[in-house]
Amino acid sequence: MQRIGVFVCWCGSNIAATVDVKAVAEAAKHEPGVVFSTDYQYMCSENGQAMIREAIKEHRLTGVVICSCSPRMHEATFRKTAVSAGLNPYMVEIANIREQCSWIHKDMAEGTEKAIILARAAIAKVHLNAPLVAGTSPVTKRALVIGGGIAGIQTALDIADAGFEVDIVEKAPTIGGRMAQLDKTFPTLDCSACILTPKMVDAAQHEKINIISYAELDSLSGFVGNFTAKIRKKARFIDETKCTGCGICTEKCPSRKGLNDFNMGLNTRGAVYIPFAQAIPNVAVIDSAQCIHFRTGKCGLCEKNCSAGAIKFDQKDEILEREYGAIVVATGFKPIDASAFNEYAYSDSPDVVTSLEFERIMNAAGPTKGKLVRPSDGKHPHEIVFIQCVGSRCTEDATKGKPYCSKICCMYTAKHAMLVREKYPDVKVHVFYIDARTPGKNFDEFYRRAVEQYDVDYIKGMVGKVSVEQDHLHVQGSDLINNEQIHINADMVVLATAIEPDPTARALGTMLTASMDTNDFFTEAHPKLRPVESPTAGVFLSGVAQGPKDIPETVAQAGAAAAKVIGLLCKNELTCNPCVAHANEALCNGCSQCERVCPYGAITYEDKEVRSPEFRGIKRIAVVNGAICQGCGACTVTCPSGAMDLKGFSNSQIMAEVDAICR
Amino acid sequence: MSLTNTVTAEDLIRISGVDPSKCMQCGKCSGACPSYDEMEYHPHQFVAMVRKGQIEKLMASDAIYQCLSCFACLERCPRNVEPAKLIEAVRVAVIRQQGMNHMTANDIPEKLDEKLPQQAIVSAMRKYSK
Ligand SMILES: Cc1cc2nc3c(=O)[nH]c(=O)nc-3n(C[C@H](O)[C@H](O)[C@H](O)COP(=O)(O)OP(=O)(O)OC[C@H]3O[C@@H](n4cnc5c(N)ncnc54)[C@H](O)[C@@H]3O)c2cc1C
Ligand code: SF4
Ligand code: SF4
Ligand code: SF4
Ligand code: SF4
Repeated sequence: MQRIGVFVCWCGSNIAATVDVKAVAEAAKHEPGVVFSTDYQYMCSENGQAMIREAIKEHRLTGVVICSCSPRMHEATFRKTAVSAGLNPYMVEIANIREQCSWIHKDMAEGTEKAIILARAAIAKVHLNAPLVAGTSPVTKRALVIGGGIAGIQTALDIADAGFEVDIVEKAPTIGGRMAQLDKTFPTLDCSACILTPKMVDAAQHEKINIISYAELDSLSGFVGNFTAKIRKKARFIDETKCTGCGICTEKCPSRKGLNDFNMGLNTRGAVYIPFAQAIPNVAVIDSAQCIHFRTGKCGLCEKNCSAGAIKFDQKDEILEREYGAIVVATGFKPIDASAFNEYAYSDSPDVVTSLEFERIMNAAGPTKGKLVRPSDGKHPHEIVFIQCVGSRCTEDATKGKPYCSKICCMYTAKHAMLVREKYPDVKVHVFYIDARTPGKNFDEFYRRAVEQYDVDYIKGMVGKVSVEQDHLHVQGSDLINNEQIHINADMVVLATAIEPDPTARALGTMLTASMDTNDFFTEAHPKLRPVESPTAGVFLSGVAQGPKDIPETVAQAGAAAAKVIGLLCKNELTCNPCVAHANEALCNGCSQCERVCPYGAITYEDKEVRSPEFRGIKRIAVVNGAICQGCGACTVTCPSGAMDLKGFSNSQIMAEVDAICR
Repeated sequence: MSLTNTVTAEDLIRISGVDPSKCMQCGKCSGACPSYDEMEYHPHQFVAMVRKGQIEKLMASDAIYQCLSCFACLERCPRNVEPAKLIEAVRVAVIRQQGMNHMTANDIPEKLDEKLPQQAIVSAMRKYSK
């Protein structure tokens, strides 16, 4: 028989206001095995913990039940308390009488009754608890960063500078992400490439960083400290070790119809191409859908002209298998498809462009060499309308758009407006806005500069309709402050389109078992206190993959994620969870069903000699690797012979709880 | 004189099914409205004024008849507020309030036309009688 102590917490008034804590402590006294029961204002406080320690010693307790907040909050605290008084930490059970009781009840009598029942269930469970000892598992001292935008690059640099190896897996042929496409950056208006490319070079030259470009994660197994990743390196039909990046092939290629993704499809490129001059790795890639050789078997001009002999038409996808201790998700974003907003005529006129397209138009390395011209006829525009919040801030039930504010577009629209006015003072610039959201250091000042120094016409209101007329775009919108509807004949319209997570994010989240919100942004373990960790141990978050943010915020978060990774990789071993599954050899008949349901691959089978009253001889039996098992319990409910059981959450313990509740 | 003060924001919300609290006052509806210059109050104002309970002004305004029921505002609204339905509700409320029944059940037989969908008769009855 256990000697059990019950400790009922008031949690100030959080519990005590809806649960009669004294009555709970009193009721617990009459449960079998309970030798001590009390209540206290804050059990988690130093005084509360001292009370528990003393009771363990004085009453020679073998089991402890704490009636308090959720175990997610303080189970670890109370286990440590028990250990310091000489008790095995797994002899502590928590009855959650706050989140699952006091917070959801209004009536004291009801709340108290339920709290007593929850306490009773925990007491019944402790009777069947056994001391458990946690094992340890080693930590692979290498990190995987998925996505090579500014977020991934910065995280990788910070981890590598601390002395750990990092692999960056980037799905595009080059690292750099969206920042590589930008012209100037707010709030300082420094050139994006000038501050990004040195970082790209640093990453490429760092002896601890290995860039795996044109690659994606194919599958992942293992757990924190011990992940095994299969990485698919897509065939680029170029031998990376031979290509010198001379670019001869890209000039000779006669296929010229492929849309240039880097320029947001505003111009075309060859079937063999290098995304941009400072690409890293500076290696060509062949787009097999556009390549004449792949379609007809002829051409091969690139091959004939490459003096390095780097063209490899027979290259195949390659699978690399690598081990990691930690994973960082830095998969970034893309602008939403603006063609859903036909009221803005995006699909009807090339002169209606998205902001990212506008960045390319303004960029000296872009399709117009930085000259601001109308895409339709190459003429100089005289009047430009910017529309903010396109597809952002829509309700869930709206037919299109995203419910969130994209956060960066107020600022980059002010930037665009200012850059146009600076370079071309003759161009009239209007900005339709709902709110100018410019919190951040020097951000509001920046926006005010657009209004006050650059005389940008900010119009509070939205555009209802853009129609294509002979040689201009007719923009009809409302000016809420002047209470009028206004009509502007513009040469160009720029849409500040909402941003959304990369389309691969959802599948990646499933692969990593990392949770995401309904918009496919990765969720943090705690929105305030653990903002760069995923709830999945060993998975960290960096950049826009977690939520919309600008470059300064992305870089700050990237550093924070790196600090968390470094903290993990510094450890030589991790304590495992002892609440793992194990097979009862007498009952298991090696049917393999548990192996199929285990999401972590923790189960294998062994031929073992069994001596039991029913069976003697060699038998195939399930064996659980305790370091890999995460205690999810899938196998225990799958096993048809009831052989699988979970330590700490055994079938008999759970039934004892159910019986106590239904008593 | 004023029968209108018995119509409340709640009535209009119930009739229209519109939730004016969803509106963020972006003005896109009024930017889209082809009848803007004719109307004393514009679609976004209908939503704001219902929210604030300024129903009388709306019921007294000719704007409710200048709205073309084109549904452009409803179509474009990023928050699915559907201002056109709210304007329609004000119109309906005016008609119901004044007892200006445009139709009685007895009028129906002579209005029947093979091509007229049955739904149109039912909705006309709803709209033009109490
Ligand atoms: C028009 C526009 C203008 C802007 N202007 C400014 C500005 O002036 N100042 C400012 O501070 N911010 C600006 N921003 C915001 C800035 O672009 C972002 O803050 C920044 O790019 C975020 O970096 P990231 O690394 O998180 O994402 P990204 O730049 O999107 O990088 C993500 C990377 O991950 C890769 N990837 C995605 N999925 C996978 C996968 N499954 N496997 C492998 N790799 C993957 C992508 O190919 C990409 O290289 C602007 C944004 C836009 C749209
Ligand atoms: S593949 Fe050959 S020709 Fe093309 S860039 Fe590389 S080295 Fe130059
Ligand atoms: S940042 Fe500004 S433009 Fe972008 S969605 Fe938010 S409010 Fe609209
Ligand atoms: S509990 Fe069972 S299914 Fe889950 S990891 Fe352990 S052995 Fe696998
Ligand atoms: S339905 Fe009425 S208010 Fe709405 S856009 Fe049409 S005319 Fe204007």
